[in-house]
Amino acid sequence: MVDVTPADAVPPAEVAEMELYHPHSWWTKYVFSQDAKVIAVQYSATAMAIGLVALMLSWLMRLQLGFPGTFDFITPEAYYQFITMHGMIMVIYLLTALFLGGFGNYLIPLMVGARDMVFPYVNMLSYWVYLLAVLVLVSSFFAPGGPTGAGWTLYPPQAIMTGTPGGQDWGIILMLSSLILFIIGFTMGGLNYVVTVLQGRTRGMTLMRLPLTVWGIFTATVMALLAFPALFVACVMMLLDRLLGTSFFMPAIVEMGEQLQHNGGSPILFQHLFWFFGHPEVYIVALPAFGIVSDLISTHARKNIFGYRMMVWAIIAIGALSFVVWAHHMYVSGMNPYFGFFFATTTLIIAVPTAIKVYNWVLTLWRGDIHLTIPMLFALAFIVTFVNGGLTGLFLGNVVVDVPLSDTMFVVAHFHMVMGVAPILVIFGAIYHWYPKVTGRMLDETLGRFHFWITFLGAYLIFFPMHYLGLMGVPRRYAELTDMNIMTESAHHLNSFISIMAFIVGFAQMVFLFNLIWSIRHGREAGGNPWRATTLEWQTPETPPAHGNFGKELPIVYRWAYDYSVPGAKEDFIPQNVPGSFGPSREPA
Amino acid sequence: MAETTLTHTSQMDRPQGLRGIAADWASDQRAFKNVSWGKAMMWIFLLSDTFIFGCFLLSYMTARISTRVPWPNPSEVFALRIGGSEIPLILIAIMTFVLISSSGTMAMAVNFGYRRDRRKTAILMLLTAALGATFVGMQAFEWTKLITEGVRPWGNPWGAAQFGSCFFMITGFHGTHVTIGVIFLIIVARKVWRGDFDTGRPGFFTSRRGRYENVEIMGLYWHFVDLVWVFIFAFFYLW
Repeated sequence: MVDVTPADAVPPAEVAEMELYHPHSWWTKYVFSQDAKVIAVQYSATAMAIGLVALMLSWLMRLQLGFPGTFDFITPEAYYQFITMHGMIMVIYLLTALFLGGFGNYLIPLMVGARDMVFPYVNMLSYWVYLLAVLVLVSSFFAPGGPTGAGWTLYPPQAIMTGTPGGQDWGIILMLSSLILFIIGFTMGGLNYVVTVLQGRTRGMTLMRLPLTVWGIFTATVMALLAFPALFVACVMMLLDRLLGTSFFMPAIVEMGEQLQHNGGSPILFQHLFWFFGHPEVYIVALPAFGIVSDLISTHARKNIFGYRMMVWAIIAIGALSFVVWAHHMYVSGMNPYFGFFFATTTLIIAVPTAIKVYNWVLTLWRGDIHLTIPMLFALAFIVTFVNGGLTGLFLGNVVVDVPLSDTMFVVAHFHMVMGVAPILVIFGAIYHWYPKVTGRMLDETLGRFHFWITFLGAYLIFFPMHYLGLMGVPRRYAELTDMNIMTESAHHLNSFISIMAFIVGFAQMVFLFNLIWSIRHGREAGGNPWRATTLEWQTPETPPAHGNFGKELPIVYRWAYDYSVPGAKEDFIPQNVPGSFGPSREPA
Repeated sequence: MAETTLTHTSQMDRPQGLRGIAADWASDQRAFKNVSWGKAMMWIFLLSDTFIFGCFLLSYMTARISTRVPWPNPSEVFALRIGGSEIPLILIAIMTFVLISSSGTMAMAVNFGYRRDRRKTAILMLLTAALGATFVGMQAFEWTKLITEGVRPWGNPWGAAQFGSCFFMITGFHGTHVTIGVIFLIIVARKVWRGDFDTGRPGFFTSRRGRYENVEIMGLYWHFVDLVWVFIFAFFYLW
């Protein structure tokens, strides 16, 4: 390393190093661990395990939709339970937990140059409460009456009535309890992520030098801390409606010729609370994906990210705007036309910062030294999928277009493209990218490329035809579509085709899981920095990083995270902890 | 120790006002200079908790303005018969007084904590806890009185069913906050009394050394719970 010249001076350390808890036994090292990296792996493994359940539920749904009447065990009640659990698990227990609990825990301390999260003990509790939430959720599969079949939005009054599976059994109670636990657990972790980014950075690491991954996860966490309270309150109130017979969400209602005890509640109130959480939730899973994909593209195209500052402000703008658009999910619930106008306008305004991000990704690729590695393939696939799903969002954001399309397969296609497939593609890319840091070995290349092409093309073949079904008027959430006039023969064929593609894509995920496990022992040795990347996590003395991350001395940051292919430099990347006198930087002044 | 407040930043030349804030946010290591990790975490938690109470209160207001049945009159419902005359809201007034007083004793505890006066800090914290427990006790009395008068979460003799639902839910959630606060006040007071913050004894669970700042962080939570009560008082009892 070169000597540090006076020009490289960084401010002195403001705080003494944190005290780390040094575990002595196997239990405190690998099970009740306070190390953010172990917690990250625990979070990821749990999220993927429960995600596998959701994947299988989607197969069962596709069996029914593609081949109606063939499988007797899929009753309409069971079908509703499948869609409910599939949606809830995928959005909350897989995507949110994996991005924030998994990637957040692993990458934040390493990328900002910290030894660990600021409160490792609370961080550990966060995982165990999350695990409890997952177990409560899983237990509803074995409860009398089975899990709830209220749809993932859990709209009252039907969610707690007899006609809905689990409505008057255990299903809905366990679902709401599990969500409350999840929010408590997430809050403990989320406070850690936010404080670590704001107050726990290393010397020289300014906010405008953070990798965009950290910006994405950080902003999403702040949003989650402000959006989950609405879901928490909605869950508490519905639980009271169900258990104590209050009428927060329950109007006077007649069920099976019998007047229920409820009176005077407002189902619309639930929708407002739910979507005040629910819309930010879309961006809670999208913003980490935006951040991660920016880093993947920059690293694998060997070029600095285009318009770094605009990327940061776009993330913040999207996060702020997403709190004032929630009622676009409620156009058909009925509202004052001026409100519809307001929410349509704010919804369409979000397209501006989002478009800035897409342009900047493309401009980063422009004349870059593009390496078509597996993470890069997934990143490129993300851009295509996200643009596709985002454009149909413009359709649905307009009241007049949304009303006829609402509750059709078009909506299903839209949100699966934009917040299902797109973030999942980033998760895959990120796993291929950071797996070498976590395990010290590369994932198998051949299996990876097989996994990528099947997943990317297959996901398109699943969800693209769904747009056409939706435009034909095929409704969502119907267990049986056989006797409907709109279901032409070709529509049935299309449905069968979608189902077959869904099984193939699902099979590719098994190959991926096999790759994950097999490569731990048999993968190619990766070395410390296989992608020749600049960010701090690749500069650790050991791979995988040891407890405390950086050995004796914390790294000092001298430059931004995107010094790739700097003219005049010996190599095509300059890590963040290399002093400025060693080589020029392209950091915006 | 990780969470130290200060060091060099206090001597650094930093611009005043908005420019100072911009300079802090543009700097490395910490966006809030002189704010420890624990304090930052408590502030952000309180922000999140504000949204929870905000959602509860907004839901209550929605229920109240949209109900087609008359809302029971709080000054009649929450009146006590003392010496032959009905005094409206008297119990709530006393409860509010007790809770606000406990904020005062808490502030004094923080002051003595920074002076490292173990005895006075611990006594004032225990006094705060006692006032908090008194508040919860009076709330239990209020609940009992209303329940004996026939108020239930699903209905009441005077009007909209949502009156009881909102009352039990919101005061119950706030009372839980006070109860948790009382428990932690006692725990922290014990640590102060034992001198943990002077000797640097590691915490039982966290194995981190505590500091007298923990008293102030505890105080932040307590003042927040107090402030929330003011809003509940205004929106539920005085409306």
